[in-house]
Amino acid sequence: MAGIARVAGSWLVALIVFFPILWMVLTSFKTELQAFSMPPDFFFGPTLENYREILERTDYLHYAWNSIAISGGATLLGMVLAVPAAYSFAFHPSTRTRGTLMWMLSTKMLPSVGALVPIYLLSRNLGLLDSRILLITVFAFVNLPIMVWMIYTYFRDIPKDILEAARMDGATTTQEMIRVLLPVSRGGLASTALLSLILSWNEAFWSLNLTTTHAAPLSALVASFASPQGLFWARLSAVSTLACAPILVLGWFSQKQLVRGLTFGAVK
Amino acid sequence: MSFSSSPPRRVGVLTASPAVIMLFAWMIVPLVMTLYFSTQYYNLLYPGRTAFVGLENFAYFFTYPSFWTSVFNTLLLVGSVLVITVVGGVLISVLVDARFPGQGIVRILLISPFFIMPTVSALVWKNLLMNPVSGLFAWVSQLFGLTPINWFADWPLLSIILIVAWEWLPFAILIFVTALQSMNQEQKEAAQMDGATPVAIFRYLTVPHLARPIAVVVMVETIFLLNIFAEIFTTTGGGPGDATTNVPFLIFTQALLEFDVGAASAGGLFAVLLANVVAYFLIRLIGKSLDA
Repeated sequence: MAGIARVAGSWLVALIVFFPILWMVLTSFKTELQAFSMPPDFFFGPTLENYREILERTDYLHYAWNSIAISGGATLLGMVLAVPAAYSFAFHPSTRTRGTLMWMLSTKMLPSVGALVPIYLLSRNLGLLDSRILLITVFAFVNLPIMVWMIYTYFRDIPKDILEAARMDGATTTQEMIRVLLPVSRGGLASTALLSLILSWNEAFWSLNLTTTHAAPLSALVASFASPQGLFWARLSAVSTLACAPILVLGWFSQKQLVRGLTFGAVK
Repeated sequence: MSFSSSPPRRVGVLTASPAVIMLFAWMIVPLVMTLYFSTQYYNLLYPGRTAFVGLENFAYFFTYPSFWTSVFNTLLLVGSVLVITVVGGVLISVLVDARFPGQGIVRILLISPFFIMPTVSALVWKNLLMNPVSGLFAWVSQLFGLTPINWFADWPLLSIILIVAWEWLPFAILIFVTALQSMNQEQKEAAQMDGATPVAIFRYLTVPHLARPIAVVVMVETIFLLNIFAEIFTTTGGGPGDATTNVPFLIFTQALLEFDVGAASAGGLFAVLLANVVAYFLIRLIGKSLDA
């Protein structure tokens, strides 16, 4: 009996937590009138009208492309910097390694607002405001500490004998990394890249402050619906659903791997 | 071990350098510039008129009417969300820990909010749920014969706290559920045989087992919660008055709305200091367990 109560309780809690997302998706298929109606419409004939409007009127694809290019670019740049660093910390540790790793993590604790003014002025003077390359660089740096830590925890668990053996066979460092290390740790690398994609895709602080339209990603497009003239809830729901769906699905498939990365391997 | 011989050490330095140098630049360049600007009169509206003003910007920022409110709001926001997500996360994780049909789906539903972008969750909560006229919460309270709450007008900071807690609860659940899987089941069964109540098992076995995951959740969440911005930007704009202005938002208004680079820089340094104080305690608390 206690078992049934527990199962019911679990489902109830899960549905409550998930409800805002469900409600958003449902609302996206309503007409504006149904979206405003009181009492709320639970049973309605779904319409794709909002999605059509969003695609036709808001230049959605431009923002979506920015999101893809920026989070993809930031992830790529981040990986190029993080993999060698993690390799160094895991396989060539020195007395400074622990300190360096802790220092990297501490940079993550520096609040973004502390850097906002100088980064804003620097990018303005360099003519980089509202450019994709700027956001790619910023996101890569913002996520770099977490990426290094995450890959480091994966590398640390790889038996050193494998690398020793490769070295005995005369492999150079580059070969060692590409032929031996990357294949063994591709699961960990994939989940690191995934986390970077998720964080970059959802990032809003830098997107809102450093872009206007040219390089603005989806999180900025959604924010533009906060203004009074944007108060069309069905349409807001549709654009939100479109903006969140890819990352939500990615997150569902990668939840197990993410735990390890998000906790720097401290929770198994 | 060949790992300590000289060529690999050079390899170690070479491979670590790009990330370390870039990150150092990303940290030090803004910091030095902020330090410099914080001593200058510098308003973007009058770019020609800059002058050294000593500590005036700090005096201005610290005596700004919204300053202490923003510090208080920041700490209240971080603290409340930590309490809600850790307590709620532990309870929910224990609830869904046992095997049952549909467990996989339940977990996916529970962690989903973590993947929703902050601008979306803020707007969906504000307009679809918390709207006093046509939001779902208003309808539910009317079902119970209650007057709908005007969330963002009467309880602005609480509204923000609820939204942010909803975003971060899944993270805590994700971590705790994973940690519970590694719990020693035999120990638990032995305790049950000895007649330990579920509450005793929770208190003396589960909670100690979760100590480290809780520490990790507190640390990771604090890093992100000190930076909460988008939720405030898209819902209240810091208001009404300064009811939902936190330190990041206050600096944002100084810098990009009032164009006062000097004051914003002084505020930025304060934010760095605040984060460092928090980080110092966190690292002392948790640093060791991360190194395992």
